[in-house]
Amino acid sequence: MIGRHNETNGLPKDSANEPITRLSSRVNSIEPSGIRRFFDLANELKGEVLSLSIGEPDFVTPWRVREMGIYSLEQGYTHYTANQGLMALRNTISEYTEEKYNLTYDPKTEIVVTVGGSEALDDAIRALIDPGDEVIIPEPCFVSYKASVGLANAVSVPISLKKENQFKLTPEELEAAITPKTRLLILGFPNNPTGAIMDQSDIEALLPVLRKHPQISIVSDELYAQLTYGEARHFSIANVPDMQDRTVIVGGFSKAFAMTGWRIGYALAHKDIAQAINKIHQFVIMSAPTTAQYAAIEALRNCDSEVEKMVNEYNYRRRYIYRRLLEMGIECFEPLGAFYIFPDISRFGMDSNTFCERLLQEQKVAIIPGSAFGNCGEGHVRISYAAAFETIEAAMNRLENFISSL
Amino acid sequence: MEKRNAILQLLFSQRRLETSDMARMLDMSEEEVQKEIDQLEKDHVIMGYSAMIDWTKTPFESVKAMIEVSTTPQRDRGFGRIARRIYSYPEVKDCYLVSGDYDLMVIVVSKNLQSVAQFVSEKIAPIDGVLSTRTHFILQNYKVNGVTFSVDESDDRETVVL
Repeated sequence: MIGRHNETNGLPKDSANEPITRLSSRVNSIEPSGIRRFFDLANELKGEVLSLSIGEPDFVTPWRVREMGIYSLEQGYTHYTANQGLMALRNTISEYTEEKYNLTYDPKTEIVVTVGGSEALDDAIRALIDPGDEVIIPEPCFVSYKASVGLANAVSVPISLKKENQFKLTPEELEAAITPKTRLLILGFPNNPTGAIMDQSDIEALLPVLRKHPQISIVSDELYAQLTYGEARHFSIANVPDMQDRTVIVGGFSKAFAMTGWRIGYALAHKDIAQAINKIHQFVIMSAPTTAQYAAIEALRNCDSEVEKMVNEYNYRRRYIYRRLLEMGIECFEPLGAFYIFPDISRFGMDSNTFCERLLQEQKVAIIPGSAFGNCGEGHVRISYAAAFETIEAAMNRLENFISSL
Repeated sequence: MEKRNAILQLLFSQRRLETSDMARMLDMSEEEVQKEIDQLEKDHVIMGYSAMIDWTKTPFESVKAMIEVSTTPQRDRGFGRIARRIYSYPEVKDCYLVSGDYDLMVIVVSKNLQSVAQFVSEKIAPIDGVLSTRTHFILQNYKVNGVTFSVDESDDRETVVL
């Protein structure tokens, strides 16, 4: 029997030097996250660091949602649910999606409740692509896309989105990236890390290209759909009738309802795709956490005003940071969604990693280098405004000090 | 009007903000914000400013009590005259006319239990038209004006790759 430690002279072997066993080439091919390394650095300085680096709401889940989770435990709802998720939750997701986005999905066959949007994303990618297929990933983007594609032994084809296009995907860029092997396009809007959104006209511009290449499916990561500001509104590509059946919408509760720790999300798709997703989901996960599923019902049914309050607060912070950055003379694209801002720091004559490391060392402010989100993120940094206003204000003062010291 | 409401929301949000910060948060100029605030003060929409203080963390001793006051309303004057006789004392911090089993809810702050009791028995109870009083001393502040007391609000989110 193989023990967990290979004993050498009674001492556990130093696993840092020698791998205990052979690892799969698939997992070895995943590059370590650039953000991870940065966080380790920030952790060493913990306590004095002002962090605008975290991609999760600073708000606690609304009380009524937490209370529903507690109530479900009191009631003894501690069993598995149906693989696809509680019927009551799927019904609620269906109603919510219909009401808010005018999209119809059959709760019986077209909705799968997952462990966060991340699981839905991974399931969808695995359900749709074969080894060697090409997946188009507009960058900068959420760090999981490339990893999931790699784990499916497929090939990532990045598109470098441009600041002058407000980090939106254009039909020309899309067309240029398509080959006969292209099987999937991943759209992540409102975007982490840029805060860019794609509205109806932006999506409609892509349609001729997508219609020309019917073999391409779309995974639309809409985790931040509710978080848009001003007049700007997110538009789902699934709202285009002939695109809906080709699209998997990845939705979730983490961002809009401040429910990151509950690990609950969902996939919406044509029943053939949804059932394929459910196949993976049922063997890997069985069913999403039951407590979180009950809480999620309450979130969708009764939290519009709480969401609105959070969106207002994010908007105050967004405008504050944007204005402060401009006042400091930092060039910046105005983000209209999510809770990130992605200023251009290239004029300071260092790469984004150095910029962030020095800012951390010299002024104890943690933000994330843009290069962590794809090569084209270089020259930028991601600042998250999911933090208390006082933290943001103090961090901006320190950033200003840092810049004037350069 | 929308900007005006947003300014009121920010002023009411239990945090200290400079006019310049509000201007940035609302995408307005500092002058515009100041002009709106001046007007709101002039119109008595903004009645004053105050800080939320947890007095238990200060050397000042104080006791707060809620007093239910039953009265006989007076012809032509309703409850107004009695209320005024009560709220004119500086010890009275809040005074409301309420529906239900009694008429006035009076919140009194004074330096100790005794002084509150004395105030009620000597100043409120004897007022003409006051039928009875019931005093409830506040033992603990859990939440006041939307602010939760005694919670650790430090940011203890752990780092996660995303």
